[in-house]
This record gives sequence, structure tokens and C-alpha cells, in this order.
Amino acid sequence: MTTTDTSILDIRDLTLSFGSLTAVDRVTLRVDEGARHALIGPNGAGKSTLFGVLAGRLRATSGQIFFNGQDVTALSEAERARNGLVRTFQHSSLFLGMSVLDNVGLAVERSTSQPKRPWPSRRRDRAVTDAAMTHLESVGLLSRPSALCGALSHGERRQVEVAMVLACEPRMVLFDEPTAGMSVAETNRFAEIVESLPRKVTVVVVEHDLDIVFRLAERVSVLAAGKLIADGTPEEIRTNDAVQEAYLGTSSNEALFGAAS
Amino acid sequence: MSATNTLSGLTADQPGTTKLFNTGAPRPAFRLFVAVVILLILVALPFFLAPYPLSLAGRALAFGLLVVSVDLLTGVMGMPSLGQVAYFGAGAYTAGLVGIHLSSSGLVQLLIGTLAGAALALLTGAVAVRTAGIVFLMITLAIGELAHIGVDSLSVVGASNGLAGIPPVSVLPGGEPLTVPGYLYWWVLAVFVIGFCAAVILNRSPLGRSMRGVRDGELRLRALGQNTYSVKLIAYTIAGGVAGAAGTAWVAQTQFISPGDLGFDMAAFALLSVVLGGAGSLWGPVIGAGLVIFVRDWLGGYIEGRGTLLLGVVFVIAVYVLPRGVAGIKGRSLRRKSSDS
Repeated sequence: MTTTDTSILDIRDLTLSFGSLTAVDRVTLRVDEGARHALIGPNGAGKSTLFGVLAGRLRATSGQIFFNGQDVTALSEAERARNGLVRTFQHSSLFLGMSVLDNVGLAVERSTSQPKRPWPSRRRDRAVTDAAMTHLESVGLLSRPSALCGALSHGERRQVEVAMVLACEPRMVLFDEPTAGMSVAETNRFAEIVESLPRKVTVVVVEHDLDIVFRLAERVSVLAAGKLIADGTPEEIRTNDAVQEAYLGTSSNEALFGAAS
Repeated sequence: MSATNTLSGLTADQPGTTKLFNTGAPRPAFRLFVAVVILLILVALPFFLAPYPLSLAGRALAFGLLVVSVDLLTGVMGMPSLGQVAYFGAGAYTAGLVGIHLSSSGLVQLLIGTLAGAALALLTGAVAVRTAGIVFLMITLAIGELAHIGVDSLSVVGASNGLAGIPPVSVLPGGEPLTVPGYLYWWVLAVFVIGFCAAVILNRSPLGRSMRGVRDGELRLRALGQNTYSVKLIAYTIAGGVAGAAGTAWVAQTQFISPGDLGFDMAAFALLSVVLGGAGSLWGPVIGAGLVIFVRDWLGGYIEGRGTLLLGVVFVIAVYVLPRGVAGIKGRSLRRKSSDS
């Protein structure tokens, strides 16, 4: 149980098999505290599955996960979240029958108040509301906090997801394809939110939009068929042959990365 | 529950109408007014009704409180249950035994009966709330049936003959027994109001919001770091306590409790009332409960005891006419408003 001082997440030989299919194949990876790290790879590479294992939704077949110096491999999803390892979902999963404010309020309440108190308290509940409003403000969703989440557009739901994650007071956030289905303006807004996060919050993002990857990430890891095939700075990844082979087949460097450079 | 914003700059788009708990209360003052009017009508019933209909009203109130406890699980937490009769029975039998052996005080019986319901719910819920959906429904069905069979074979509580000889309740220990039907009804009403208020308070509390979180996305709630098992177990225990209180009210009204009162019929009618009234709203299912008792025991009397058949017809009509139950009538206009904004 030794980790260097700077790495907050330390994944060792992590494997997840569904029968004969190995979705995550002996992945070893370190993420430094405060890093802006992107995880890319073709469809079906196992990115979301890896996130599921990291967050605790899925149990690793073998290998270990250290978070903040602690072995969290055996901890439940809720315990990991309480330790500050929080994820968003590729397909927005919100409490659709509840208001926007209630959605964020649940997250605020869990991290700062008393989610199991069976009676209301004017002062404490007001504090929860105010904190929830602050988080909604930071994602630009202040206009209708009492609307039902089920009535929101896709992009707005993703913004609620982000507000909820921020309300969990995370040390590390795993964003699973956060900009999928977002408009250009919403994508920009999302990038701004991530850029405005305090540096002590570590960010790992699975993303298909390579503009966003190269805008946000300081380090990029590439996953293909469950295996980690490359890990380095965006510059190194751009020019890495194995990545181009796995990711693009035979297509040219400029076709994919040209726009971002 | 409207909370005024204290954050600067936020009030511009949302002038103080932000609700912390969206329980669908557009005008709290209006709601309070309606609640007071209904309460006054309920209080005044003894002046208009003959003893038999009044005792029916008392039973409807006790049954209504049982339905509220079912609704807390079914409507608020999204876990349909057939097991609340077990805790209703625990409250009723405990109150009856306390009445015979210990104290005729309704307050003492209410307290002990509520605790008995909650304690049994805590014990059985520890297993039951690990499941969800149809499995939970089946486990709670088993809990209800076990309670039913249990008292049916227990001779100290009269076995299948039921627990008879329960003296009329008094309010305070050593107080005057409530033998006048109106006073007795008022006591049952008081228990109902206490239980209903407890449910409303719970619904507006952080736990109530966590319960709705379990309903709308238990996995998501867990991903937020919430231990959903404890949320469910606490809620289940409180619902058991509410059912226990309902049982004490039932026994105070009827002075008799038998295994038949916690059979599958009762469990099914309670769940039916929740559906009829509109799951998730607290007042709707109470109206549903009143409707069920009225149709089965009052209207049924006119067609030679075929009340249950009539109830089936009412239920089928209700599903067509009011898919969201009685509470859905108000919801329609609300939804229209929210889609406008």
C-alpha cells in the first residue's frame, strides 16, 4: 500500500471479465492529484466499463484500486462517493420525477447535511437550498429550479448532472462522455465549468469530442479492446502510431487531430 | 415550504418562489384552508351521523391511517407493499392486550402500539428492504400472511376467535371511559390526525426527499454516496409505526381484533386504496380508503353483502377515469401550469 505523494488514483492490474469477454484487461494507470486527464478510445474499448469499476458499480475480477492512498477495491459505490470519488453517467440518470433543485439538493444534503432526518428544519434546509442554488448557478441553470427534471432538455439534464457532482464535494470526478448530445454552446459551457474547477479537484473525462479532449486534458490515456495502449501528454498521443492504428485504422493524422492543433 | 433566496443576484429570475421540497403545493395558504375545512367537517360528524355510520367513519379513519403507511412505502418510496397489515396487527393486538391487562388509557395504548408496530417493522424490514419490486411485494405479502397465521394460532390472543373483552379506552390513565360513540370517534380522529401529520412532516423532511430519491433512482442515489439501505430501513420502520398507530385506533373503535382484520383482504384493500387515491400524494389515498370502506361496508349492505364485487367495479372504472387516482385530478391542472412556464 505504497503510493507516491502526487497520485490520487492508482490502478494496478485491473481486470474485469464477463465470462470469456475481458472488458478491462490488466489496466495499470496513475492519475496525479489535480490532473486533467482524458480517457479516449474507440467504441467498445471498455472506457465506461472501466469507469464503472472505478466508481464501484462493477466489481473488479482482479487487480486493485487505490484512491487517495487507500485501497478502495472492496468498498461499495456509496463509500467511494463519500471518499470523494464521484462519477457522472453517460446516459443522464437523474431523479426525473423531482425538481431540479431537489436533484441537486439530494447531493448537497448527502455531503453537508442530514439526509435521513425525518423532520424539516428551517435553518438547515435553507442552507441546503442555498448551496444547491449556488451549484445550479455555477452550471448556468438558475432559470427554473422548480421545474421537474423530466421536463428538461437533454443538454439541461447534463448540466444538472454536473451540478449534482459538484454538490458531492468531490476530490475526483469521472465524467463519462459529458458532452454527448450537447450543443456547441453547451459543450463550451461545460468546458468552462471544468476549467473553473479548483485545481485540487482531479478530473478524468471519457470523451469522443477530441476538441474537448485536447482543450481540457493535460494527459491522455488510450484504451483499446480493454487494454491501455498509450498514456502520455496530448502531443505524444497525437503522434503515437499504436493509437492511430487502434483508433483510426489507417486514416491520416491531420484528418483527426488537425482541427484541434 | 417556499424558501426566499438569500443569494444575491438569484432573485432576479426567480422571485422567492423557489420550493425546497416539490410536493406540489402551489398555494400553501389555500391548502391549509382546505385542510382546516375538512378537519372541521370530520370533527362535526358526530352531530349528524347515527352511531352505526359513525363507527363506520371511525373505522374508515383507522383504515385510512393504515393506507397512509402503505402510501409512504408505495407512493413516496416507490416500493409497493402488502405487509403493512402485520404492523397494523402488532399495534392493534398490543393495544388490546394493554387495554385488558395494563391500562385503558388510549394515549398509553397509542404509544405502546406505535412502538410495537415500529419494532416489528425494524426486525422484518431489515430483510425485506434489501429487495425491491416484485420480490419486495412478495416478501411483504409473506410478512403479512405470517402475522395473520401467527395470531391465528396463538391462544393467548384468542387464536382464530380474536381478542375480545377489550375495555373502552379513556384518554388519560384512570380517566373516564369513552363509551359515548361521538367521544370515541373523536379519539380515533385524534389518532388519525396525529398519524397523518407525522406522515406529512416526514414527506417534507430530508428523509422524505431521500425516499423520493429511492423511488426515482436508487442506483443514482447510491452513486451520490447515500447508503440507501438505511434510508429504506428508517422509512420502513416509521411506516410500521404509523401502521401500528392505525391498529390502536382500529381497536379503540371496534374493541375487538381478530386474525381476519389482518388478512390478505385488508392488505389488498389498503394497496387498492393507494392506487385509487393516487400513489405519492398523502391525502388522495385517504380519500381512497374512505371510498373503499364506504363502498364495501355501506353500499355493499344494500346489495346483500356483495360489497367486494361492487368495489371491483369501482376500481375498474377508477382506472379508466382517474389513471392517477383521486389526487391526479388536481395534478392535471398543475402539470398544465408547469408545462407553460
